[in-house]
Amino acid sequence: MQCAFLLTPMADQDILLEATDLTRVFDGITVLDRFSFKLQRGEVLGLLGANGAGKTTAMNMLLGLTTPTSGSINAFGVDMFRNRVEVLKRVNFSSAYTSLPSNLKVWQNLKVFSLIYGVKDYKRKMTELLELFEISDLRNRVNGHLSAGESTRVNLCKALLNDPELLLLDEPTASLDPDIADKVRKTIRKVQAERKISILYTSHNMRDIEEVCDRVIFLHKGKVVAEGTPTQILEQSQQSSLEDVFIKIARSGDVEES
Amino acid sequence: MNVRTIYALVLRYLYLYSRTPMRLIELVFWPVVDLMVWGYLTKFLQENSEANFASFLVFLIGGMILWDVLFRAQQGVAISFLEDVWTRNLLNIFVAPVRTHEYVAATFAIGFLRILVTMVVLCSIAAMAYQFNIFTLEWNLIPFFLNLLVFGWSLGMISTALILRWGQAVESLAWAVPFFIQPLVAVFYPVSKLPEWLQPIALCFPATHVFEGMREVLNPEIAHLSLERVAWAVGTNIIFMTIAALIFGGLLRVTRNKGLLTKFATQ
Repeated sequence: MQCAFLLTPMADQDILLEATDLTRVFDGITVLDRFSFKLQRGEVLGLLGANGAGKTTAMNMLLGLTTPTSGSINAFGVDMFRNRVEVLKRVNFSSAYTSLPSNLKVWQNLKVFSLIYGVKDYKRKMTELLELFEISDLRNRVNGHLSAGESTRVNLCKALLNDPELLLLDEPTASLDPDIADKVRKTIRKVQAERKISILYTSHNMRDIEEVCDRVIFLHKGKVVAEGTPTQILEQSQQSSLEDVFIKIARSGDVEES
Repeated sequence: MNVRTIYALVLRYLYLYSRTPMRLIELVFWPVVDLMVWGYLTKFLQENSEANFASFLVFLIGGMILWDVLFRAQQGVAISFLEDVWTRNLLNIFVAPVRTHEYVAATFAIGFLRILVTMVVLCSIAAMAYQFNIFTLEWNLIPFFLNLLVFGWSLGMISTALILRWGQAVESLAWAVPFFIQPLVAVFYPVSKLPEWLQPIALCFPATHVFEGMREVLNPEIAHLSLERVAWAVGTNIIFMTIAALIFGGLLRVTRNKGLLTKFATQ
């Protein structure tokens, strides 16, 4: 299967994260097949694909949670697996499928993670982030009593505590109502632009992708089937929306018109 | 080893226990129930039997309190890990700059704090209800306590490693593992009462030497702890801790290789 677009060559100093030929085989099944990509400093890259396409596996490898069968990951110029802790100091992560300890107050959770990430002047930082996400009133609320939207925003506060250079967001707007999802997207975009954070973003919500991502990679059965800016992909596929492209790829595995 | 990271992980548990007093009750409820039921039963038998029960009560109470040191140390490690699983926080920890040995060290510290709480309550009740003073053991308490603490940590690491590898299906191991070895480590009876073929196996455990040593110290006819017992306890502890670290490191690697960590953490 041919990749629809090739990356424009990047200058080495701009590359924050580089995955080369990442392959993962589970019980004889190849879930990720020679997946390669580069992420530039300050770029937002969407990783898309149907369930089982391999994006979660790729994300887990990038976080050091799963080891690849073959291939390598270079982050900030060093090998991810040999320098896991040093790399993770400059990275953060938020997922709709994880939460902070439910029995602790929001402020307590953020303090614990501030200490883990070695955040200096963490009180100021935590206050600033709670204000940014408009949830200052939640600081003394127990995490387990928060709504999905509140919990997502607290997770994002945690993800920005260490001023990460690289942020991995796994479906950050899943289960949010359109209003909160819109606020979250706008805040992510604002923070990203201000701080020049590189973001790797997975979502099944194509609106997220269109609004937030500079470039997207579509995965199908572990392989890259399309890559480019949202506009380029729409032109190439002659579809009216990324959602249509998604459906087409999920069903046929190809972005090209038949 | 970053002390700040360990402090942060321990702080999380201090917050947890300060916010949910029920957790504190769990730390003392079962040990107190055991102490009272078995203590009064032994007292009853002592008063209604022709047999010489002179030292039985102190052996039993001493055994129960020291057993709790081992059990709480093991629980501290295993339950700390499970707390992260139950609150779906495990991924946040594993993708943070936390080294495995820092995470394990934090669970050790939590185990130690749990023991302190339980010990204070148990020793106070034992003194009031049975006139048993743990400090009768004097300086011998230190090697007993430290050896049981380290052995509990080793068992905790093994329990956690097994749960990491096989998931929540084997979660009950967090409570069961110490009880697998309880009959062998001669908590309430001397090793000599075990079948002869089991005795060499029993002596492979550091806890066996601690409980045998405790009975020697509490027995007025012996009343001292031999250095040989301490040496055996320390030696077997070093072996167990090494084995536990190898099992933990090995199974964590397998878990990463098989991609089980994420599945387990988001279940």
